[in-house]
Amino acid sequence: MKKDIILAGVGGQGILTIATIIGTAALKRGMHLKQAEVHGMSQRGGDVQSHLRLSDEPIWSDLISFGGADMILSVEPMESLRYLPYLHNDGWIITNAVPFNNIANYPDIDTIYNEIKKTNNHVLFDADTIAKEIKASRSMNIVVLGAAIKHLGFTQKEIEDAIKEIFARKGDAIVEANIRALQAGIDIVK
Amino acid sequence: MDALMLLGDEALAQGALDAGISGFYAYPGTPSTEIMEYVQRSKQAEGIHRTWSSNEKTAMESAIGMSFAGKRTMAMMKHVGLNVAADPFMNSAFTGANGGLLVAVADDPSMHSSQNEQDSRFYGKFAMIPILEPSNQQECYDMAFYGFELSEKYKVPVLIRLTTRLSHSRAGVLRRTPISQNALKTPEDLFQFMLLPAIARRKYQHLIELQHDFVRESSNSPFNSFQSKAKDHSKGIICTGLAYNYLNEVFQGNDIPHPVVKICQYPLPTQQIHDLYNSCDSLVIFEEGMPLVEEQLKGLSFAGMKPIHGRLDGTLARDGELNPNKVAKALGMPDTYGKPIPEVVAGRPPMLCVGCPHSDSYLALNEAIAEYGRGHVFSDIGCYTLGFMPPYNAINSCVDMGASITMAKGAADSGHFPAIAVIGDSTFAHSGLTGLLDCIFDKSNVVIVILDNSTTGMTGGQDYTAYGKLEDICAGLGVEKEHIRVFVPFKKNYPEMVQIYKEEIAYNGVSVIIPRRECVQTLKRKHKMEG
Repeated sequence: MKKDIILAGVGGQGILTIATIIGTAALKRGMHLKQAEVHGMSQRGGDVQSHLRLSDEPIWSDLISFGGADMILSVEPMESLRYLPYLHNDGWIITNAVPFNNIANYPDIDTIYNEIKKTNNHVLFDADTIAKEIKASRSMNIVVLGAAIKHLGFTQKEIEDAIKEIFARKGDAIVEANIRALQAGIDIVK
Repeated sequence: MDALMLLGDEALAQGALDAGISGFYAYPGTPSTEIMEYVQRSKQAEGIHRTWSSNEKTAMESAIGMSFAGKRTMAMMKHVGLNVAADPFMNSAFTGANGGLLVAVADDPSMHSSQNEQDSRFYGKFAMIPILEPSNQQECYDMAFYGFELSEKYKVPVLIRLTTRLSHSRAGVLRRTPISQNALKTPEDLFQFMLLPAIARRKYQHLIELQHDFVRESSNSPFNSFQSKAKDHSKGIICTGLAYNYLNEVFQGNDIPHPVVKICQYPLPTQQIHDLYNSCDSLVIFEEGMPLVEEQLKGLSFAGMKPIHGRLDGTLARDGELNPNKVAKALGMPDTYGKPIPEVVAGRPPMLCVGCPHSDSYLALNEAIAEYGRGHVFSDIGCYTLGFMPPYNAINSCVDMGASITMAKGAADSGHFPAIAVIGDSTFAHSGLTGLLDCIFDKSNVVIVILDNSTTGMTGGQDYTAYGKLEDICAGLGVEKEHIRVFVPFKKNYPEMVQIYKEEIAYNGVSVIIPRRECVQTLKRKHKMEG
């Protein structure tokens, strides 16, 4: 298996947590992994992305090629579009529909949705509301991850185990909330 | 041992810890910060020096001192930090090392978080010392061991050059059995660190003599290679550092049809390059950074020279970091590209956080100087540089650490009024004190605003050496007590803030204003930790 994933969002929205969870599951399988992150100035409320590469074979480049990504996994709708040049034709966009509006010129949201709907494969849904409904409002990112795992090639159990491992030190309540969030995301694409 | 998932920065730190280092010295700077942060979190590093230095110069000098004492040590910085440390760095090539001395510098091609994209390999070449340029996280780890051995074998400092993509990318790293620290050991030759001219001339001769050894080390280096068996000699390829990964990515891990020289240790392995040149019709050179190898190969080439392609002839862009697509295109191979970014997508530049104290300090300052128009505020390097952006449009310069104060001074000396400097508290500790002393010496008509958010904010909230001492430092340097003004930057305090700004602008002399309120990010983190 080989998966090249662009994780997208705005600084502070939790995309590195998604990367850590997928990465942990991949390592358990003995896969190779590279994960390029954004640190420093760009984190201050700006757009952030991470290139996550998983493969059974050794991986060379830390960066995904343009036209080479299997998935854009985004916690913000406009940010999912910023990385379209990386997505190959059969690739998926999985994105939260709720805009993170911290700029004066945020575009018309319906135009954004229309652009996302023009792509061949996409899942566009309101992960914020779902997270609130299941009383896991801080786990919006995990809801989005849930909607993606079918296309990532991991089982629910593999991702759950990774969540348990990563959140264990934060206590059972947080682990449970994230497991619920994952399930809610999975249910979206059923 | 299981592989650890480490950033390139972290792999280097772990390598240095396992290789028996006794002290790390650094000032934060993207993309190098995570080296020290990793060490500060590490249980293994207890008892090893790992607190931040005031700036890169003091860090480099402390590392030279620790090397003098026989211990292994490393100074870490971002590329422009090496400009600050350039004096001790250049001279350390003459003094040489006693205990292993590594200088780890993280460059930022494409300027993700920097004001330029200078290539530190030029500094290494300038100083005539060996350079290591890891191409992956495992090499970051291994090069710590190798670098210390090389440094102690020839008694020279060794430069380790990282770039953003490697510093901030994670991959599995295998560890070795840790070795113990060096014992304290004074240099055998007590002239070694004495750069009086007569001795320095001797040291320079010695450094020149070592160059042959350094080239031989590069030719035999486990990090360099010459894959000469390939069939297609229409092109030969030279890759440095990360570029080697992109080349392999383009060929998807299959055998590369052209001969390839991989360079991760300098000076250049001249024999391999010579053999490559002689056996191929042309060369293509891929470097993550400026065309250091390409310029050396081309020199002043005239008739009869085979074509050499790279950044100098436009085969690759002259600036910016490499990626697999650029490498594919340069080799005339099929390139891929997804759909273009839809026009509707708006830019989302970094900005000051909601509730940031700097935001209030700037809005009040704008009001206080409205009558003078724009073009009066010199600023510096930090989060507050974002005050350039709307809605603030509050500052007019950002050049290098500390330049706000001295640029304001120069402008004031010319009669420019008002001349206001805005500098962060950590940046002030880094490079502001000496500039302030200049202002006091000349009684320059400046207002210096030290934005005190009680941390090094831009790099993620590190502590700094002047914390809690700003008023004392300013008074001690000679700022009159009644012209050291402190306020708390909150909206409710605007009238008072504007008034203070105006009063100090009206004063003909050196004023220091300190808006003090903690960074909202570090405050949030504290609250979280307290549960």
